[in-house]
Amino acid sequence: MKVEQISIFIENKSGRLAEVTRVLGESQVNIRALSLADTSDFGILRLIVDNTDTALKVLKDHSFTVNKTEVIGVEVPDQPGGLCSILEILDRNDINVEYMYAFVERSGGNAVIIFRFDNVDDAIKVLTANGITVLKGERISKL
Amino acid sequence: MIWNDEFETLPREAIESLQLKRLQQTAERVYATVPFYRESFDKAGIKPNDIKTLDDLQRLPFTLKQDMRDNYPYGLFAVPLEQIVRIHASSGTTGKPTVVGYTKRDIATWSELMARSFMAAGAHKGDVIHNAYGYGLFTGGLGAHYGAEKLGASVIPMSGGNSKKQLMIMQDFGSTVLTCTPSYSLFLAEIAAEEGIDIRGLKLKVGIFGAEPWSETMRNEIEEKLNLKAIDIYGLSEILGPGVGIECVEAQNGLHIWEDHFIPEIIDPETGDVLPAGEKGELVITTITKEGIPLIRYRTRDITRLIKEPCICGRTHARLERLSGRSDDMLIIRGVNVFPSQIESVLFNIEGVEPHYQLIVERDGNLDTLEVQVEVNEQTFSDEIKVLQGLSSQIRKEIKDLLGVTCQVRLVEPKSIARSEGKAQRVIDNRQ
Repeated sequence: MKVEQISIFIENKSGRLAEVTRVLGESQVNIRALSLADTSDFGILRLIVDNTDTALKVLKDHSFTVNKTEVIGVEVPDQPGGLCSILEILDRNDINVEYMYAFVERSGGNAVIIFRFDNVDDAIKVLTANGITVLKGERISKL
Repeated sequence: MIWNDEFETLPREAIESLQLKRLQQTAERVYATVPFYRESFDKAGIKPNDIKTLDDLQRLPFTLKQDMRDNYPYGLFAVPLEQIVRIHASSGTTGKPTVVGYTKRDIATWSELMARSFMAAGAHKGDVIHNAYGYGLFTGGLGAHYGAEKLGASVIPMSGGNSKKQLMIMQDFGSTVLTCTPSYSLFLAEIAAEEGIDIRGLKLKVGIFGAEPWSETMRNEIEEKLNLKAIDIYGLSEILGPGVGIECVEAQNGLHIWEDHFIPEIIDPETGDVLPAGEKGELVITTITKEGIPLIRYRTRDITRLIKEPCICGRTHARLERLSGRSDDMLIIRGVNVFPSQIESVLFNIEGVEPHYQLIVERDGNLDTLEVQVEVNEQTFSDEIKVLQGLSSQIRKEIKDLLGVTCQVRLVEPKSIARSEGKAQRVIDNRQ
């Protein structure tokens, strides 16, 4: 159920983002989804890629600070109110979203949203119990 | 005008014979009462009665700041605690401050020397002295306060901070003399401008500024913005506090060091050898009248040179050229002494943080700013912004708690701080 996400610490200076993507590109790693959180001093680039292990290795080799986190990909009806219905379920069950971002590709007719929770297992339980499709990790990288 | 005509204008031979007599007495006293000195004199193979001339001072061992820390808190006191009437302290490397104690006579001496300093700066009885040095463990506030009272001036014990109130009091009470750090005076000028107060039009005529290094350019700026004479004062708590040396308003060229109470020497900081007259090096001071905590050949780490030529003001005491740096890595940030090793100890105590850091000091407008750059590593990194921001604020808070200085913390990528072969460049000071 879980998807591996890698996060990279990026100082707020020009060229760093380009450097990350260059390193990944040279190793034939394809980026499937991304989100960049930034402050005035630094940013955190979060990526879902088609080959997490290679990505981690080459980034570390290039002295980036990287870590791996588990997130989940959730199918969201691609219609007004679609995301809201899922967030309401989470809210009712006291599940806190740390952050989320949209996946580029669609799964069937649905949009895909990546969620980061403190407690992933509880979140998966609640979502599946409510009939929400949580995508398998392998499926996400193949979308 | 001279406060103590007799002593401030003593002929050189008279100063030197007084110094010798007082040095001999001090050496006798510390040898008899302070185990640290008895040991260090014995180790150097010298007894107090071997001191026959002033040149024999060079045979005595140095006292270092580390010696004060090693003897924390009262180990270097030369009198029983019941004779100590005041205790001050300055910030220390590992959280332990450097402690100094004053007897009743020490306080009287300090007041006398501050009164001399005020008068040398052009202040008199009848002046309203606005004392914005901090009151507390720091020697600045109370040191200036007692001197101002001794002078017979009206002293306003403002202490630091609360700048709008400072300006209101200055306007309403008719302050004529301002005592604070040089950077704070410019900060006050800035606030005055924001508040629409014509600070140039106030009654201030003299500012006595110290506790941090400042340039001639800064002096010109202060004199222009505040419309007063800006006078440099020298002091350090280990030796006395403010009032060890002062510029005279007549020459504004070098700081007279009160040679009837202190013997200044200039040494090569590498070899420890005394340098020929007039050469630039590290200032070493021996106190020759202090009772509470007399110090023999204290290494100030301040770089200057001694000017012995007569001064136009009539004072015969030697002058220190305005300080031009330090022989160690101490930084003075908004009047607070900061050693990079202190920052290092803070970082070292936070789990996961590696002590790869760099300190960037800037002068932003008129205030010093300190940025601490810390490398993020796999242990401290998180995919959540709030975790990293929490780390920054923890570092900021612990530095503030230990050193009393506010800084910015900037997390940087690993290996972005240059590693050098020898000593890492920990500090980039862009204030010059």
